[in-house]
Amino acid sequence: MARTLLRVPATVTRGEVVEIRTLIQHPMETGFRSGENGRMLSRDIIRRFTCLYNNRPVFEAELHPAIAANPYLTFTLRVDESGILAFTWEGDNGFSQTETRTLTVA
Amino acid sequence: MSSPSWPGCVTDRRALIGGLLAVMLVRPTAATPEALEEAILDFTKGTAPQVGGVVLDIPPLVENGNTVPVSVEVESPMTEAEHVRAIGLFNERNPLPHVLTAKLGPWSGEARIGTRIRLSNTQRLVAVAAMSDGSYRFGEAQVIVTLAACVEG
Repeated sequence: MARTLLRVPATVTRGEVVEIRTLIQHPMETGFRSGENGRMLSRDIIRRFTCLYNNRPVFEAELHPAIAANPYLTFTLRVDESGILAFTWEGDNGFSQTETRTLTVA
Repeated sequence: MSSPSWPGCVTDRRALIGGLLAVMLVRPTAATPEALEEAILDFTKGTAPQVGGVVLDIPPLVENGNTVPVSVEVESPMTEAEHVRAIGLFNERNPLPHVLTAKLGPWSGEARIGTRIRLSNTQRLVAVAAMSDGSYRFGEAQVIVTLAACVEG
């Protein structure tokens, strides 16, 4: 399991627009770099990031090798009700990881 | 200046030319302004985007191209009737013109995304926003990179 850093406000007021910051530990090997033996290192990147809020997709991103190692993504969300945020990262070599956080409307 | 040294000199020159050729062949192909245009038109499905309303926030001069913070903000009320559907970020000189494409909607509240990217060279970045009315807008930024992310693209 790769380490993740998620910044989600603990409580929000109804209708508030919150910024969500996500980071996951991943080398994001581009496939354009040669290794010690001079051979090209094969690509190993995260291709897709999705965020579901109460099972409804609210943000989706397609990542390319130009994204720096340990991909960091921020996006915004208007919160109308309490619920569960599910973050999923999918990538090369069958990489897939999901993390969840609860958002509470005060 | 003894004559036996001449053949050696010729081979050296050949080796040098061969070496230069090898360097030129091994050099990874970088995206070109044409590839950038192509990638943008692929994103907009052939529609030419209009300039304005898209702000790219990136330092104008970066010392290390391996990780450069960048954010894109699009002017939009983000209502059901008028919102940003998607944002695409493209570059001019990395091995591939694509950086990121993100899908959002009225539930986003604001049209703002941020990430960290790699830059292989001093270049131009273009952000394109797909609006709900079917139009496309774009904004661009020029970045000077002093230490490139080399072939890491």
